[in-house]
Amino acid sequence: MSKLQGLSFGLATVVLVVLATGYFMRDWLPPLKSDRGAIDEAMAATLVVTGLVFIATNLLLAFVAWRYEDHEGAKAAYWHDNTRLEIAWTAVTAVIMFAFLFNALKLWADMTSEAPRDAVVVEVTGQQFRWVVRYPGKDGAFGKTDAAKVDVDTENYIGLDKSDPDAKDDVLMVNDVYLPVGKPAAVRIRSTDVIHSFFLPNFRVKQDALPGMTTKTWFIPKVEGDYEIACAEHCGLGHYKMKGQLHVLSPDAFEAKLVELGPAAPEAPAGSPNQASE
Amino acid sequence: MAHAEAHAAEAHAPQAFIWKYVFSKDHKVIGVQYYVTAMLMALIAGLLAMLIRLQVGFPEATWPTLGKLLPRGFSDGIMSPEFYAMLFTMHGTIMVFFVLSTAPVSGFGNVLIPLQVGWRDMAFPFLNALSYWTFLPGCIIILASFFVGAGAAAGGWTSYPPLSALQGAVPGSGTGQTLWIVGMVFFIASFTMGGLNFLTTILNLRTKGMSLTRLPLTMWAMLLVAVLGLLSFPSLVAGCILLLFDRHFGTSFYLPSGLILTNVPLLNPDGTPLHAGGSPLLWQHLFWFLGHPEVYILMLPALGFTSDILSTFCRKPIFGYKSMVGAMVSIGALSFLVWGHHMFVSGMNPYLGMAFAVFTMLIAVPSAVKVFNWLATLWGSRIQYRTPVFWALGVVSLFISGGLSGIWLGQSAVDIPLHDTYFVVAHFHLIMAGAALFGVFGATAYWFPKMFGRMMNETLGKAHFWFTFVAYYCTFFPMHYIGIAGHMRRIYASGRPIGYYEFLEPLQEINVFITRSALVLGASQLLFFVNFFWSAFKGPKASENPWNAAGLEWTTPSPPGHGNWPGEIPEVHRWPYDYSVPDAPKDFVPQTDPAPIGARAGGH
Repeated sequence: MSKLQGLSFGLATVVLVVLATGYFMRDWLPPLKSDRGAIDEAMAATLVVTGLVFIATNLLLAFVAWRYEDHEGAKAAYWHDNTRLEIAWTAVTAVIMFAFLFNALKLWADMTSEAPRDAVVVEVTGQQFRWVVRYPGKDGAFGKTDAAKVDVDTENYIGLDKSDPDAKDDVLMVNDVYLPVGKPAAVRIRSTDVIHSFFLPNFRVKQDALPGMTTKTWFIPKVEGDYEIACAEHCGLGHYKMKGQLHVLSPDAFEAKLVELGPAAPEAPAGSPNQASE
Repeated sequence: MAHAEAHAAEAHAPQAFIWKYVFSKDHKVIGVQYYVTAMLMALIAGLLAMLIRLQVGFPEATWPTLGKLLPRGFSDGIMSPEFYAMLFTMHGTIMVFFVLSTAPVSGFGNVLIPLQVGWRDMAFPFLNALSYWTFLPGCIIILASFFVGAGAAAGGWTSYPPLSALQGAVPGSGTGQTLWIVGMVFFIASFTMGGLNFLTTILNLRTKGMSLTRLPLTMWAMLLVAVLGLLSFPSLVAGCILLLFDRHFGTSFYLPSGLILTNVPLLNPDGTPLHAGGSPLLWQHLFWFLGHPEVYILMLPALGFTSDILSTFCRKPIFGYKSMVGAMVSIGALSFLVWGHHMFVSGMNPYLGMAFAVFTMLIAVPSAVKVFNWLATLWGSRIQYRTPVFWALGVVSLFISGGLSGIWLGQSAVDIPLHDTYFVVAHFHLIMAGAALFGVFGATAYWFPKMFGRMMNETLGKAHFWFTFVAYYCTFFPMHYIGIAGHMRRIYASGRPIGYYEFLEPLQEINVFITRSALVLGASQLLFFVNFFWSAFKGPKASENPWNAAGLEWTTPSPPGHGNWPGEIPEVHRWPYDYSVPDAPKDFVPQTDPAPIGARAGGH
């Protein structure tokens, strides 16, 4: 009976650790479909190290809670300083942190570097509550946009200025992004109203979309298929349904798709299911 | 201070109810006023959290009774997305500012500072009262925002513009958002007055012998919190005023040109843009320059309480006092250099992201040092299992769990998939909210006798701890998992039939588990309220020093009268952690004991 309370704290801690870890490990990140596997590896390494520290410190906490419960004749040590111990655990923690840090910074530098020159360029513009997708066409240049030129009837939601020569062959659509497999994809991310965040769970890509500036990210899709595009920044009432589709196609199918979609004509372009514009 | 003066202080105590308990200038009364107000705000913010979890756990359900109680939030018993957005916005705002910055800092800070440093009151008693009476209108304004126009602010507790700046962007961006700004300005004004008082009192008004190295760690925490608040809150108040100007006076601090809201370009009648030249990133920098020190404003007091409580109930000196102070000072200093980790994917220059990642990983070192020091304090101790020590152990546990997930998020590259997901929600609820909340409960159990002169009920206290501890982990730990799986924060529905994302569907089962745990967590808090009010009026009378603690505050009656000590303020001869000193007659040596025993005695 004497050590019941400390024991219960210890047991509860251990049980919670084990249950939580078990629950936690049932599944993992969404299946990886891009070249950003290094993030998954860094995360796995972090899981192993922090997991071990988590289990060790919680077990230690449980042990002291049980072992040092007050009882008849117990005596506490008058022990309150040990410089070598302090230096040791400060140094060990610092070394582990720097190891993580160097790896993370290297990955960060790779992922935020300029996109390769041969990358397929696509622009996505977040709007309450849809992603407007634009390709520059054969000329490789995006036409100017002007808020005053918004025209809902022609689905020109971002105000593409059709008098600009660069705009002639721009391809506009809503909520569908097409990319070729195995080629770097450079995404220009914009917004015309509030802040959104362009999130590709399967590709380890997330980048906020801000009005007034263009943010960038690039990655290489590795597997053909259809994937979800989510908005990860609270952008208003329809935030939860601001969903797009990323279609990764073979390079040939991608070229054919761009031709099929054609430049943004005055009439609505084909293949633009406008499911979330409410 | 002369004996006669002390009597004068007693004699000058106000007698009329209104001056003694309402418009009091006594630090203890003001502390309790802050504490009780914050706990009532916690009750409201907790109920908001329950509603959030009902929606996330059961998005397709109808709640006819709730619909009748809250007709503006529900239509046909179904919660509206705008009400959901108001719920998470106001839950965060109230909890962070009006509960967890207030109860530990303004509540316990006011009660404890003069008692622990040895003075009759705070340095500026009138300013202190003014601070509370500025805080209360802030609370009322924030709560009133639910009842105006289209409802309370709905742009998230971070209120990122343009969502919070453009009145048409979300229903709550009307009057609700204006009141949010005004309420925050009141809160910050109140906190600034409190911070000045804290700083002056701790630095200038210590009793004889109370050198800085003899301060309890709680006092070090309060000192640092005052510095952090005074340096960082101005940034938020400036940000808020700029936001107010953008919203009402046509400026463009945060608003660029080219805005199109629901297919309508925002233009002047002559075709020029309504706004031009602003940047939404400016707000994020101003907000998080406060926002990150703010995290430590919440946590440092809890870390101080934990150290004091552990030492008392372990009957052992706190391990590594100097390294504990050093760790808190480094955490405080580094907290000004890490705000950008909230903005890794915001579009901020990636080079800046690198610098912020470095400081973020660095701040893990002093945090880990604190944990190791606590474990060393527990090692070889003699733990007396009373309610306060359970909460202190709970803080250690949560600080470990929440701290480790910080190592994931601090690595900027690993943050990319985790940013703005439930992983972040799990992280900050464990470390910031959890540690602060458990710290407040521990401090309440520990200092309740000093505040109210009565003891709290141990059985209810322990039951409250166990339900809270287990339910807290069951609520927040699984959020790591759904966060890694990609579950975004702040979404109204994830699973079908009304959720939109296939990849979120399998996670709904866990959301249901989290909601059930959260409801248990919420219901458990009734145990606290029952215990608190019952004990405050009917609890057994407390002696001067019910825990056999060594700190200065335990050398005066419970509760202390006006002026804190009936006679002269005692002189201090040692640190407050002399437990189990060899050759001492008892297992603790009060700070006021001049006996030349123990490692930190002597002099004055």
